[in-house]
Amino acid sequence: MNYKSWTAIAVLAAAPIAAFADADEDALVVNGEIEMITQAAAPDHLSDVMDEVYSGWRFRSDETQALQMDDFDNPAMIFVDQAMEKWDTAEGTAGKSCADCHGDAEESMAGVRVVYPKWNESAGEVRTLAMQINDCRENQMGAEKWKYTGGSMAAMEALISVQSRGMPVNVATNGPAQSTWEAGKELYYTRTGQLELSCANCHEDNYGNMIRADHLSQGQINGFPVYRLKNTKLNTAHARFKGCVRDTRAETYSPGSPEFIALELYVASRGNGLSVEAPSVRN
Amino acid sequence: MNFSRRETLALGLGAAALTVLPVRSSAAADDAIAAFTGGAEMGEGGITLTAPEIAENGNTVPIAVDAPGAASILIVAAGNPEPGVATFNFGPMAAAQSASTRIRLASTQDVVAVAKMADGSFTRASATVKVTIGGCGG
Amino acid sequence: MASGVKPRVKVPKTAAAGEVITIKTLISHQMESGQRKDKEGNVIPRSIINRFTCDFNGQNVIDVTLEPAISTNPYFQFEATVPEAGEFVFTWYDDDGSVYDTKKQIAIG
Repeated sequence: MNYKSWTAIAVLAAAPIAAFADADEDALVVNGEIEMITQAAAPDHLSDVMDEVYSGWRFRSDETQALQMDDFDNPAMIFVDQAMEKWDTAEGTAGKSCADCHGDAEESMAGVRVVYPKWNESAGEVRTLAMQINDCRENQMGAEKWKYTGGSMAAMEALISVQSRGMPVNVATNGPAQSTWEAGKELYYTRTGQLELSCANCHEDNYGNMIRADHLSQGQINGFPVYRLKNTKLNTAHARFKGCVRDTRAETYSPGSPEFIALELYVASRGNGLSVEAPSVRN
Repeated sequence: MNFSRRETLALGLGAAALTVLPVRSSAAADDAIAAFTGGAEMGEGGITLTAPEIAENGNTVPIAVDAPGAASILIVAAGNPEPGVATFNFGPMAAAQSASTRIRLASTQDVVAVAKMADGSFTRASATVKVTIGGCGG
Repeated sequence: MASGVKPRVKVPKTAAAGEVITIKTLISHQMESGQRKDKEGNVIPRSIINRFTCDFNGQNVIDVTLEPAISTNPYFQFEATVPEAGEFVFTWYDDDGSVYDTKKQIAIG
């Protein structure tokens, strides 16, 4: 070990924990062509609490980052392939496939992920992508609904999201969605569980710091569904919310519940301006 | 040489690991290597094992091996319940005696690569990978 | 046959004669290690891909023995020489006796 190494260790030993805060400076380009916005000016509604928003990709190690830079290296693409087969397969009493109504997913689904969750006028409610998929299955195809956080749902969300990669997230927070958005904001700042932690305590106040051996991100959901190295499958945003709330040692809300729908809209809006990265890869 | 924040962190943890963490090795790993080499002496050099200093999750750790002129390369993870990882045998159409894969590591440990060279000699390389335990585990 | 197993390979469509190309392969597979237990505490039996081979026009490029320490959805990257036009054959062998294969043509040009 050379002199500089020892200097680095000495500096580290003396430095406070903040010495390795922040996101790194790496740039994310997928397949050498899709340039991702992983850092953006914070949306107006966050201007009091932070200047910039960062994709979770920026908080990961070089090795984990690399897995998302090429679609062949990204294991999540297995599930996109699987969903592509489902897209073309007729199911249910109507004998229809997704493709029968929506044609080529590459064209019909481009830009869809960007605006979800969004207000659905005829239903009179804010709908997540998962709700819309299940609405199609139940009411258009006459097929059984998928489990909200199940593998089929996560894969279909990934297939739809991948058509919007690179486009900046742009969910509406006002108009008819506003009351849902405000309910989500309320939840974001509410402490839960025996640990009395809110989303904000980790992902707004302490992003960039270490939580045990892990580098805390801003908890952005522009990369969801996400392939996690930990469980080697696609994980949906609601499944992740559940995990987070559980880890505060609270009884959690259910995936698909009004609370998590509101929270998804609010958290998505915190990432307005970041590229859709889904399906991303995280630890 | 300048140190990035991450490298500095890695160095710091590495220094801590030197003094605190016992790196596990096992008789089973030694047996697996002996079965591959037939107990022959192993040299050093001529083989490169690339692995991250710190793995964010032990479930999926990218590694690469490169041993120009090797007939085969054995990979062993000494701290796993079963030390065997993979054996790469290179055929006549291989352009290089190198390969990359993703492996599981149960804990912080040494990963060992042993190459059998065309002349029947053996050479080895190893790398310590620190496996972190995640944040809240959610 | 294990469910949902699907091989993916990435091979250039063309190469110059004698060119060195990089090949990537991925197969969706749980790679059950035999170390895990189910909810009742019973060990889940090992079920993995135990061998992977790649051949070009009948000659071997790489022949890999896989152990349970290979991650879910086994991934390999390696290099091959392409002396002539022909066909790469990729084969994965499952513990349960299943064999999965896929082929890729490569042209000289």
